Amino acid sequence: MTQPALQVQSLWKVFGPKAEKLVGTPDLELSRKELLAKSGHVIGVRDVSFDVAPGEVFVVMGLSGSGKSTLVRLITRLIEPTSGTVLLDGEDITAMNDDALRDIRRKKVSMVFQHFGLLPHRKVIDNVGFGLEVRGEDKAARRSRAQEMVDLVGLSGYETNYPDQLSGGMQQRVGLARALASNPDILMFDEPFSALDPLIRRDMQNEVVRLHEEVGKTMVFITHDLAEALKLGDRILIMRDGEIVQIGTPDQVVGAPADDYVRNFVSEVPKSHVLTLKWVCRPEVPGEQVSDRTLPSGTIIREAARAVLDAQGPVRVVDDNGQTVGIVDDEDILRVVVAEEESA
Amino acid sequence: MTATATDAAAPAPDQGPGPTLEEQPIVEYKNRRIPLKLAIIAAVWVLGWLLLRGKMTLSLPYAELNGFMNWLNDVSDKVGDWQQTNFFFHTVLGNIVTFINDVVAWLQKMLSTPPGARPTPEIGWLGVTAILGWVAFAVAGWRSTILVVVTLLLFNVLDIWTDGIDLLIVTGLSVLVSVAIGLPLGIWMARRKRVSAFFTPILDIMQTMPSFAYLAPLALFFGIGPACAIVITLIYALPPVARITEHAIHGVSESTVEASRSLGVTKGQLLRRVQLPMARRTIVVGINQCTLAALAMATVTALVNGPGLGQDVIQALQALNVGDAFVAGSGIVLAAIMLDRTTTAASERAERAARRGSGSTLAPRTRQLLLLGTAVVALVLAYLSHLYLWAAQWPDKATIGSDVSSWINDATNWVVNTFDVITSFVKNVVSYGLLNPLQSLFSNVPWWLMAAVLLSVAATLGGRRALAATAICGAIILGTGLWYDSMQTLAMTIVATVLTMVVAIVLGVAMGRSGRADLVVRPVLDTFQTIPSFVYLVPALALFGASRFTAIVAGVLYAFPVATKLVADGIRGVSETTLEATRSVGTTTWQTITKVQVPMARPGLILATNQGLLYVLSIVVIGGLVGAGSLGYFVVAGFSQQNLFGKGFAAAIAITAIGVMLDRIMRYAAARQE
Ligand SMILES: Nc1ncnc2c1ncn2[C@@H]1O[C@H](COP(=O)(O)OP(=O)(O)O)[C@@H](O)[C@H]1O
Ligand SMILES: [Mg+2]
Repeated sequence: MTQPALQVQSLWKVFGPKAEKLVGTPDLELSRKELLAKSGHVIGVRDVSFDVAPGEVFVVMGLSGSGKSTLVRLITRLIEPTSGTVLLDGEDITAMNDDALRDIRRKKVSMVFQHFGLLPHRKVIDNVGFGLEVRGEDKAARRSRAQEMVDLVGLSGYETNYPDQLSGGMQQRVGLARALASNPDILMFDEPFSALDPLIRRDMQNEVVRLHEEVGKTMVFITHDLAEALKLGDRILIMRDGEIVQIGTPDQVVGAPADDYVRNFVSEVPKSHVLTLKWVCRPEVPGEQVSDRTLPSGTIIREAARAVLDAQGPVRVVDDNGQTVGIVDDEDILRVVVAEEESA
Repeated sequence: MTATATDAAAPAPDQGPGPTLEEQPIVEYKNRRIPLKLAIIAAVWVLGWLLLRGKMTLSLPYAELNGFMNWLNDVSDKVGDWQQTNFFFHTVLGNIVTFINDVVAWLQKMLSTPPGARPTPEIGWLGVTAILGWVAFAVAGWRSTILVVVTLLLFNVLDIWTDGIDLLIVTGLSVLVSVAIGLPLGIWMARRKRVSAFFTPILDIMQTMPSFAYLAPLALFFGIGPACAIVITLIYALPPVARITEHAIHGVSESTVEASRSLGVTKGQLLRRVQLPMARRTIVVGINQCTLAALAMATVTALVNGPGLGQDVIQALQALNVGDAFVAGSGIVLAAIMLDRTTTAASERAERAARRGSGSTLAPRTRQLLLLGTAVVALVLAYLSHLYLWAAQWPDKATIGSDVSSWINDATNWVVNTFDVITSFVKNVVSYGLLNPLQSLFSNVPWWLMAAVLLSVAATLGGRRALAATAICGAIILGTGLWYDSMQTLAMTIVATVLTMVVAIVLGVAMGRSGRADLVVRPVLDTFQTIPSFVYLVPALALFGASRFTAIVAGVLYAFPVATKLVADGIRGVSETTLEATRSVGTTTWQTITKVQVPMARPGLILATNQGLLYVLSIVVIGGLVGAGSLGYFVVAGFSQQNLFGKGFAAAIAITAIGVMLDRIMRYAAARQE
């Protein structure tokens, strides 16, 4: 098995004056509210562990205040963890001194922020090159690299503009180019598109999908928007009150919500758009008349619907190895689609 | 306004005598018992005045000193001895003083005052004008250059070159030192909470403590002269730089700082490449405030023999020469306008530089060449003015200073003679109708009765904390031995504050209700606020001669701009929804003002009164120069007469105590309202 790009192990963040002293005491077992009332401490992140594989898009999702921003900042220690470890390519971030940490931020991890965080007194091209400048690259090198990035995110022609002359979506493209410029192993996004109009947001999501295909970086993507999470995520981590509620692929989250919190989240999702045949197939009843057609178990229901409805009798669902995992018929498909209609 | 006839009469009862005079608006409705209590206090007070008038008033004849004042005089003598013998005074302070004085003397020799051997300073007017004009061009732009050149030409024309440049030297040095200390301090404070927590209260005290409170002690330590003037100016001018720098760095967008950190900036990179560039504009605003504060204080330091136009104003005021005072005062106003506009233009340029996207017309290279070229021109002119008399000495024929002075004197005489009926009437109405009765009521009753009145009013309005503050301040006033004079000053201050608030409320309500009025009046108020306090004595003196009333008029002139703005902001702060609801039930304009806007703007009114009061108090002191008498007179006399040093010092302490007392009563009264 390959080395995970990022490993987070029982990470905690407690805000408050004496947070360090609370580690290991029973107080940390208290709920958020109880702890706040008792000692004035706020739990930002509670005992979170997960791995992210190289090249994976890992989405963290939850309502506002659930600790997503805190979590993503703990990874590069923009916020100091209270306890726990973060390993980046096997290197322990939490044990690093300031210099080593700065080096990680300069070379290995970049971040894109909800409110862009651009420097208003610098041109687009100098904003994009800021990270390179900070790490001491000479002007010619950083100019040409910055120009590449500007072209990559589709801002060619705007190099000499200042941020306040650009629309929100374009400003976030600058943020994106700046993050890409240092050629990091991991890109982190903290609700990067929440401040944008819905149409622009969709463009930008497509942009991220495209960039992921082109540059293939590992990404940790924070959002409170389930549609965005489902669209981008290879896997989704759902948080509530600083804790992990569920980690899974989009169809796992939609098909098998871990509790009512998640169920509530996903209730509005058109299931036929997310779920695959795996989630609706059933064992073959002996003696049943099954058609010759087979479909892979990973096919999204909506895309399989035509084939299933056209087929004479149930269709066989096979896994990657060609083994039959079950069968689906018209009724199984319609049940999902009709349930959707009713809930809508 | 139709139904106003009856309503208009309604506020009249407020004008009655006694402590209700100005406290009334504060307490109107939250606690209905308060007016009753105040009425009882007033009744007892007036009764005590009728029965015990003139007894136990603690009045101290002019030349008489008490033990405390004699002790202060001794301390002053001893410090004088120490300056010869004591290591700290002789070596440490002595060297600092000598150094500052030398720097000032050198600058004077270069720019303003002919050294013994030469008929002109090393650099004549043409050179000075060229250099300062170039500085304005470099920091603010060519419009500012024109302003600077015109101002300096007027200095020549008005024949106030030497003192005008001296004033600029003291101001400029103070600003330089303020920035050199204040900027790093502000940055340090922005980075460490502890440092900020430590310095913030100190800066608060430096900025709000009335200047006369430290004029005397500093004069004691630094001796009168330029060094003392600069230290005093520094105390007042440094806080704005440090505080605004801290504020500006805190104001840099959190997400930008975080994004920069995520890119791995070092602390130094964060400061130099992110925080300072983004905070630049605000920091320059801080320097603008610092400059105006420095100019105002540099003028006042004429009292401790600081060089500059302030001296001319004082001398003219003391000689009751309105014309000369006017000329010198005009020089101060010109300097104020020049410095204000130039630093404002500099901050606008900083703004443009910060977001260069729009605005800047010249390419950086072109600009550099232009600056270099003009610098060479300025230096050549400076050199010419060093060599040739024509470039160094302004022709006498081209000055009109003394002409202006006599015109103004003539005009003043004419106005005074012609409108004597009116000015005397106003003066007499206020003096006999308000000031005399009130001063008598305050100072001509036994001290214990007055103390009891103050304490009970404080307790009624502000509760236990106000009572405690008043008790402490009262005890201090009693301790200085200047109770009688303090009560006279207190009465005068209250009269001036009431008048200030009348003006401020009328103007402020008009501004708060009408955007157009605001647009017209506000710039005028802004200009008024840039003028140092001293200058306001001049027109007041012109119209009303030397009297207590003159000081009151000057106090009102000085205090009403700030009070008016605060009232206007308060009125504007009343929500539009509330006003709409009020209109919908058919109120008249007058009803809207008196029943909704003014009561709802109460916090703004209280703040305005508080500020107005502090401003008035600071004028009451220098009002000693124009016959205001009481404490202010002693403060002023204390600097010029050795044997009155102790009395002046005591008077400064008493005035500070009055200021703190009034401020605390108002603050706690306001807090109780919430
Ligand atoms: N610096 C801080 N001090 C105290 N509490 C904080 C701080 N930062 C965040 N929190 C608290 O931690 C919780 C999680 O915040 P955050 O991570 O910003 O949530 P999200 O990004 O999911 O909206 C919130 O309850 C917030 O109030
Ligand atoms: Mg967040």
